[in-house]
Amino acid sequence: MRSWIYAVMASVVLTCVLLTSAVFAAPGPDEILTDPREEAQAQALYDVLRCVVCQSQSLSHSDAPLAADMRAVVRERVQAGDSHQDVLDYMQARYGDYVLLSPPLQGNTIALWVWPFLALFLGAIGVMTYIRHQTGRSVPEELSEADSAAARALMEEEGRE
Amino acid sequence: MRYLGFIPLALFLVMGVYFALGLRQDPNDIPSALIDETLPVFELAPVYSGDAPLASTDLVGEVAVLNVFGSWCPPCLTEHPVLLEIAARYDVPLYGMDWREPPEVGRAWLERHGNPYTRVGNDASGRVAIDLGVTGAPESFIIDAAGRVRHRHVGIITPEIWQTQLWPIIETLRAEDGEVR
Repeated sequence: MRSWIYAVMASVVLTCVLLTSAVFAAPGPDEILTDPREEAQAQALYDVLRCVVCQSQSLSHSDAPLAADMRAVVRERVQAGDSHQDVLDYMQARYGDYVLLSPPLQGNTIALWVWPFLALFLGAIGVMTYIRHQTGRSVPEELSEADSAAARALMEEEGRE
Repeated sequence: MRYLGFIPLALFLVMGVYFALGLRQDPNDIPSALIDETLPVFELAPVYSGDAPLASTDLVGEVAVLNVFGSWCPPCLTEHPVLLEIAARYDVPLYGMDWREPPEVGRAWLERHGNPYTRVGNDASGRVAIDLGVTGAPESFIIDAAGRVRHRHVGIITPEIWQTQLWPIIETLRAEDGEVR
């Protein structure tokens, strides 16, 4: 009974710690725009732009000084009235495709985008061929005399009840 | 038909080769979007008060090197003696961009360790660094006489990198200019 309570308490504490760390993560409180619509647009951009120093993190998750500078640029562009795509283009012109967390669909990334579907398609063909092969093999043969007699006996038994 | 079962293994091996090659690449060395593009327009406040600002137009006219550094950046200190050596022994303008710190901090650092630069500008806000696509310090750019970015080097310039990669590029660019003229 005790250990059950401890387990609950531990998970509550852990949840609180994890939640607060998410709250304290970048961007900082002084980075919030006053216009909620602009702020939402900026946030959406932080999520899809890569922090080029920490690489696996988006701008919204990075505490790196360069990420803070890049967020400042994003806010500046948003406040200047740039659209979502305008800001992405602006960053892409400076940092290349790499700054976009989701790689754009274009010539050099076509394999990246098509490959999963191709793999799925090839896999499906493989599975279908395999199943067809299996069913082809297990075509029921004619029952032997003894087997059909046993089956008939069973069926009659069923019918009587 | 019997060998079909080996297809996954073959695919795995091919992927393995690519992954092994990928491991040998420096993940910080992301390709620059600026190669062969005109240097972005900037005007940096001078690090030495009294100097003229360092403008992008100052880098036009001859092949030049632009080096991004900061006193807060330990690898920059490692690179610094190499830059001093380059300044002393090679005839190429070496411009400095003091990144993400007040100019007086950069100036104090240069006074302590020596100043290899032809001229130094300060980018305290980091705005010009973003225009240049800088991902970290030190980082260096080779700008041709027409003011286009022709090469970017990420990380420390070692004597070997200078001799085998950067200086040959500078010489090639100068030769190109010679042909044009």
